Amino acid sequence: MKPFEYNRANDLDHAARLTSDGARPIAGGTNLLDLMKLEIETPDALVDINRVPLGGIEPDGDELRIGALVTNSACAADERIRRDYPVLARAILAGATFQLRNKATTAGNLCQRTRCYYFYNTEMPCNKREPGSGCSAIGGFNRIHAVLGASDACIATYPGDMAVALCALNATVEIATAEGHTRSVPVRAFHRLPDDAPERDNVLEPGEVITAVVLPAPPGGKHVYRKVRDRSSYAFALVSIAAVVRMDGGAIASAALAFGGLAHKPWHDERVDALLVGEVPSDALFDKAADLLLDGAQGHGTNDFKIPMARRTLKAVLREVTGDAE
Amino acid sequence: MTGSLEMDRPDDRNRLDAMAQGVIGKPLDRPDGPAKVTGSARYAAEYAVENCAEGVLVTATISKGQVVAIDEASVRDMPGVIAVISDERMVARPAQGGAGESPVRNVRQVEYWGQPIALVVAETFEQARNASKQLRIEYRSDDDAAIDQHSRDVPIETHGEPTIQGNLDKAISQAAYAVEVTYTTECHNSAPMEPHASIAQWDGTTLTVHSSLQMLKYNVKELADAVGLDPEDVRLLSPYVGGGFGSKLGISPEGVAASIAAMELGRAVRVVLLRQQVFQCVMRRSETTQRLRLAADSDGRLVGFGHEALVSNLPGETFAEPVTQASDFLYPGENRTLRIDLARLNLVTAGSVRAPGEAVGMQALEGAMDELAMKIGIDPVELRLRNIPERHPAKDIPYSSRKLAECLKAGAERFGWHGARRSPCHTREGEWWIGTGMATAARVHNLNEAEARVTLYPDGTAAVASDMTDIGTGTYTVLGQIAAEMLGLDRNDVLVRLGDSSFPPGAGSGGSWGAPSTGSAVFLACEAIRTRLAARLGCQEEELTLQDGFATVRGQTTALSDVLKGDQIEEVGHFKAGEISDKFSAAMYGAFFTEVAVNAYTGEARVRRFTGAFGFGRVLNAKTATSQCMGGMVWGIGSALTEEEIFDKRYGHVVNPDLAEYHVPVNLDVPHLDVVLVDERDPAASPLQAKGVGELGICGAAGAIGNAIHDACGVRLRSFPFTPDKIMAELGDP
Repeated sequence: MKPFEYNRANDLDHAARLTSDGARPIAGGTNLLDLMKLEIETPDALVDINRVPLGGIEPDGDELRIGALVTNSACAADERIRRDYPVLARAILAGATFQLRNKATTAGNLCQRTRCYYFYNTEMPCNKREPGSGCSAIGGFNRIHAVLGASDACIATYPGDMAVALCALNATVEIATAEGHTRSVPVRAFHRLPDDAPERDNVLEPGEVITAVVLPAPPGGKHVYRKVRDRSSYAFALVSIAAVVRMDGGAIASAALAFGGLAHKPWHDERVDALLVGEVPSDALFDKAADLLLDGAQGHGTNDFKIPMARRTLKAVLREVTGDAE
Repeated sequence: MTGSLEMDRPDDRNRLDAMAQGVIGKPLDRPDGPAKVTGSARYAAEYAVENCAEGVLVTATISKGQVVAIDEASVRDMPGVIAVISDERMVARPAQGGAGESPVRNVRQVEYWGQPIALVVAETFEQARNASKQLRIEYRSDDDAAIDQHSRDVPIETHGEPTIQGNLDKAISQAAYAVEVTYTTECHNSAPMEPHASIAQWDGTTLTVHSSLQMLKYNVKELADAVGLDPEDVRLLSPYVGGGFGSKLGISPEGVAASIAAMELGRAVRVVLLRQQVFQCVMRRSETTQRLRLAADSDGRLVGFGHEALVSNLPGETFAEPVTQASDFLYPGENRTLRIDLARLNLVTAGSVRAPGEAVGMQALEGAMDELAMKIGIDPVELRLRNIPERHPAKDIPYSSRKLAECLKAGAERFGWHGARRSPCHTREGEWWIGTGMATAARVHNLNEAEARVTLYPDGTAAVASDMTDIGTGTYTVLGQIAAEMLGLDRNDVLVRLGDSSFPPGAGSGGSWGAPSTGSAVFLACEAIRTRLAARLGCQEEELTLQDGFATVRGQTTALSDVLKGDQIEEVGHFKAGEISDKFSAAMYGAFFTEVAVNAYTGEARVRRFTGAFGFGRVLNAKTATSQCMGGMVWGIGSALTEEEIFDKRYGHVVNPDLAEYHVPVNLDVPHLDVVLVDERDPAASPLQAKGVGELGICGAAGAIGNAIHDACGVRLRSFPFTPDKIMAELGDP
């Protein structure tokens, strides 16, 4: 671990000042500290934001505002979230372990970095870790890598579960800017595709601090979070799907699907949602949805299986969520 | 009566069953349990040693070549840095189990990615680790590193003497039923919870090292040889070991590096392997490619048996994963071919990991046996029962006690096994196919020379001391029980001290031999003490009844303290394996039965029920033995479904060197494990009539799971682990 300066901020202004000077915010530290120990991340300074008043889950009209520092455990256990946004509670509980969820925060979880094996090995070229050095995952062992939206510079995936549910729920990220303003970014637009700048995971600018995630009015319908993984717990998704679907008179009235494990960001394809709406569920419809989702999907060798796995998992989820489950 | 025995013939006396205390075999708690659970048990790295410097190993980032230069200046001025050690005595590899001499040195000659090259020593761990990452090393890289495990374009040699008997090809071609299949397994890592760690202290004459090791009597010699000291001047302390699984059988590079640094710097030095280094520079289980050929007559009796394996190791290593170890004795077949080929690869040292040989050999063999049962159309249990040979099929020697048939029947009954074999895809629950499978368990019985000292104190308490280790297996518990039984004492009146190389040399923990070997040494010491007590009481040892601190002879009862009259009696028991292993084929046996669910969409396989019935001679402690069996079955789940140490084919490094991406089973992967202990005494196994149990629970377990997957969904996979993608690829439309 490289020596670093540690400061604690007591309010948002203080935190913003320090982050503007290049300090990295730290809350639960469940990802950042590991990365610092391995010197994948080598910040000169940290700003501990745990004392900044960014906790609490509070209603705001029809919406529900989750403070940036709300722990994953608290969020998943919240009665309103369990009742009105069960897909979110389920997604959170599908990730990590009790111990990690007790420390990990809402904002930190959004900002967690890829688990690409080569990103983690500082001896290997990696454009995300060291821009311009190359991508070792291409041509290497890439079982957990992206099949959608990857670039020649990076085929890493976003590893989280919570953000996949937030995408399906069309939540919004509330951000305090360096200038003291607030801006809002839909979660669906918060994470980036790698393009030619994979070092940037998301759209946060230097000096910006996430203050909250805002859930829209409860969407109703049936909520499913399905995570396919190599073992039953404490493994990242090979493929995951968050689905929020409302039926009306035998037809799909509304549908919002998001996908984990497939891309550099939680994947949302509005064409898939649109295709489903107004239709009567059928295997043919589900196949069409999979065709649309996976149009242009590309494997890189050891992750080729993700394409059929996404197709089959989508079918399972759609059968379940449209009431057509066995 | 003496305190020593060389086991050349069966010991039919069965003395333990003649004892009166009634403590042997009881499911007693571990005396060391509360200390471990509360964190007061101190592991190697946890000793508070004054003025202790911290070292971190620097490892190679090429797979083959030369270290041309180590630029010490690149880190010398970093905060806290004390020294960069790149001494010619440093070892480049861990020692194999039982080596008793230094492993390969010459760290500047790189033979695998991750090989230790230097040690950076600093005031704090963080400073040392930071500097270790900045240390500049100049290499000259060779371009002929052999790192592709699946390439046949590497040097391959035949290991040992193949068994070739009769004509297997002909037997296969003429058989009523034949199976010819190839199974593969990937590399495994021992993945102990406690990483390898050492604190070395040098006082100018004696090197004292707290280290996490399995077999101290060999480790002392290995370390002494490596650093150039007399073994008498080296003391190792390993009272608690947080798991070894074979990877701590021999010394590993961190202990040697810490010792050299301590001697050079004149202060204590602690070195703990980083988790990545546990994967990258200690020990892997080789990947295997196993060709199985089974020929059966019309009654399902094996007439031909072939098991040939390709494994790998570094150049110069003599260890080759003994894949066919149980195939040697388990099943009949007069036409036999057993053979192991060894490929030389520039990948981290291959060595003993969790039941070397049988763990991977049995899971493949039992898959092939299931395929044979399907082909014949008989109950796979019945196929096993029809193939229990009268005598060892190659050596023509008798078996010692063997409870295979009893295990098969007891396990089948407990599990509720339905003998009439259904065809696959018979049960569906929602998205899940449900199936059942079974497999035989077998593991060769090993013994090793062992000594233990037992002292009976005037107050009627006793102490046992040996350099034997308890790696989580329950050694403290069972050695105390043996002494308590033999001396007629409450088990709480027996103090067991282990893991100090100044104590008499025990067997060490490896090859499941710890309890039968060191336990026999304790038994022999106690027998000698009993003889001396008998002499004081004017009777033969056999006439003496010891119970609850009293001695009874011909109806006369005397308190032990009155017999001892202020004296203490001390004896060292000395056990040697002798020629018994040439006269009998001795092994532990068992049977696995499991129910597995396979997701029809995603190919995820989940074990829902798992029963194991095991016969391994006398049970010394029903609780710790059951735990050992459970541990093996858990590893079996990992071997079947998740575990795979992956190497990059281009660079030769471990791709997944941590516990996030190297998937050992987690709690949710493990259902209730049902263990049946089959009562047995084996007079040819040890004077205790006990065999080893540590490794038995994994030997075949993964095969049962694979067979259940086939029964569930009709997919027969032969390349372990059976990850969701592999199963899904073979599944039909959900």
